[in-house]
Amino acid sequence: MLLKYTLALISILILFTTSLFVGVGELNISGYLNGSHEQELIMLASRLPRSFAVVLTGSALAIVGVIMQKVAHNKFVEPTTAGTMDSAALGILVASILMPQSSLMAKMLVATGFSLVGSWVFLRILKHLPITNPLLVPLVGIMLGGVIGSVAGFIAYEADLIQYLSIWISGDFSGILRGRYEMLWLTFGLSIGAYLIADQLTIIGMGKNISLNLGLNYRAITSLGLIIVSMVTAIIVATVGMIPFIGLIIPNLVNRFVGDDLRQALPIIAYVGGCLTLLCDIAGRLIIFPYEVPVSTIVGVTGSLAFIFLLLKRDTNV
Amino acid sequence: MFKSDRNTLISLGLLSITFIILFLTYNVGGSWSFALAFRGKKLVVLVLIAIAIATSTILFHTATQNRIITPSIMGFDALFIFIQTVLLFFMGAIQFISFEGIAKFLVEMGVMVSVFLAMFYWLFLRGNRSVYLLALTGIILGIFFRSLVNFIFRILDPNSFAVLQSELFSSFNAVETNLIFIAAPMIIACLFFVYLLRYKLEIIALGKNTAVALGVNYRATVFAMLAIIAILVAVSTALVGPITFFGLLVSHLAYQITKHQNHLNLIIISSLIAICTLVGGQFIFEKLLNMQATLSIVIECIGGITFLLILMRAHKK
Repeated sequence: MLLKYTLALISILILFTTSLFVGVGELNISGYLNGSHEQELIMLASRLPRSFAVVLTGSALAIVGVIMQKVAHNKFVEPTTAGTMDSAALGILVASILMPQSSLMAKMLVATGFSLVGSWVFLRILKHLPITNPLLVPLVGIMLGGVIGSVAGFIAYEADLIQYLSIWISGDFSGILRGRYEMLWLTFGLSIGAYLIADQLTIIGMGKNISLNLGLNYRAITSLGLIIVSMVTAIIVATVGMIPFIGLIIPNLVNRFVGDDLRQALPIIAYVGGCLTLLCDIAGRLIIFPYEVPVSTIVGVTGSLAFIFLLLKRDTNV
Repeated sequence: MFKSDRNTLISLGLLSITFIILFLTYNVGGSWSFALAFRGKKLVVLVLIAIAIATSTILFHTATQNRIITPSIMGFDALFIFIQTVLLFFMGAIQFISFEGIAKFLVEMGVMVSVFLAMFYWLFLRGNRSVYLLALTGIILGIFFRSLVNFIFRILDPNSFAVLQSELFSSFNAVETNLIFIAAPMIIACLFFVYLLRYKLEIIALGKNTAVALGVNYRATVFAMLAIIAILVAVSTALVGPITFFGLLVSHLAYQITKHQNHLNLIIISSLIAICTLVGGQFIFEKLLNMQATLSIVIECIGGITFLLILMRAHKK
């Protein structure tokens, strides 16, 4: 057990350090240790914030994904397959049009409201779908996201904000600097909040009747879970942009080894989410060095392949 | 043909002609000859893709025995863009441009048809998969191809990127009018083959076992249909770019209003609906409301809602 923890700690440390020293600006360990002012600036203003941002985003997205899977009783649900991310982007767009002077915090609150409404609408629609066909759920969610996205596209086009909108649509860490990512630490707090109600979320995942039988306030826990999901999604869309599939792939991956108990699984999900996102971001920085491939593109390619694998594999098992 | 179908046909035909005339003649400020030639080309493209998308969708529904998924929902237009991108990536910009005209189109079509058939075989003919699984797989495949195209865009040098962008990013407002002379004969040839196949289509629609029992060469016919679909999808994507839900929208409208649902009727009626939607929509949005490039967004939105409703209604029955 101890060995496992040590290995896990070592591997994320290696990834994190690699992330610190990969980039266009010249930064090497010896120069940094010699205390050059410029090197310190690159480290503190760009590399360190970026690396933290990647890990925070990856782990928060993975946690949000598993919460949604418990709340919606379906293992293919995550913010991009439930319309939540598109709602958040629509929220930021509307906030920027109606109150352009407002702070990022205010826009984020509006976005949180929108993604809450979006998730709620999604859950309402789910009630009309048969439980016998779990694939219908992500299908409907993706369509809902598409419809919300096209509404956002229409508004953005008429308001001449298409380029502005595309910033949130493609998730990218290259713009992360000191002073522009600190909001992401909030997702860390929210993740801890999720861990505190991990047992309740596990029970929610077993279904409404079982939860009520066990004396759980089903509605309250579901709403709490959705609030966490919406806030995290809004924060990530506003600071980084949309990143698909992390919330879907990682919980499903971890689930194969750890099982359904969230108190055990949540830290591992967060860990794997952070590591894999970091790996994708480093790959994005290295592939066409000195240019960058946005992390959403890398995750889009690898994540959609993994998703197809999950879908078809499940099919042959049945 | 039932009388009510004839009435539907006549009214749709009249409506299309009205929209076409309005589209051509509304508010022509300056030189008529210039305006007519300019708008005429655009009109031809709109009519061509309307027919191509409507026909390919209805054929696809028959070939796959369902009315929920369409070629574009299965990500096949993203596949075509992906093929073009890969061709450019391996050929380099200069060869890609100099390799113009019919030869290039034929190579692209050849690759498209073979990849399409391979994917179709992989997804549909191996094992009995549910429509929902196929639809979801298709949508994710579409995302996969689009991300891959994005990825290749990033690693292309700026010159090649500019070439590809002008090649790929056509839309209703920036249609590729210079492709008309290759696209029009291909679509007409496809329609001719569909006309030849029209009786076999009715039998294919009855399902594989019945079709085989009735003496139709099922496999050969379905493959011919798929080749036609692949070409139609490729041509329409090359002309105006991907439009995910348009085929679904017009085919379901046609299923609703056609009384005698043989393929000839369905294809003609859905093509007319498609022409009315595209030409009429383009006229209303571009000329009357002065909102450019929003027609495709509106079609996507309405089409997406239609798809949601179809999904939700399908299981209630």
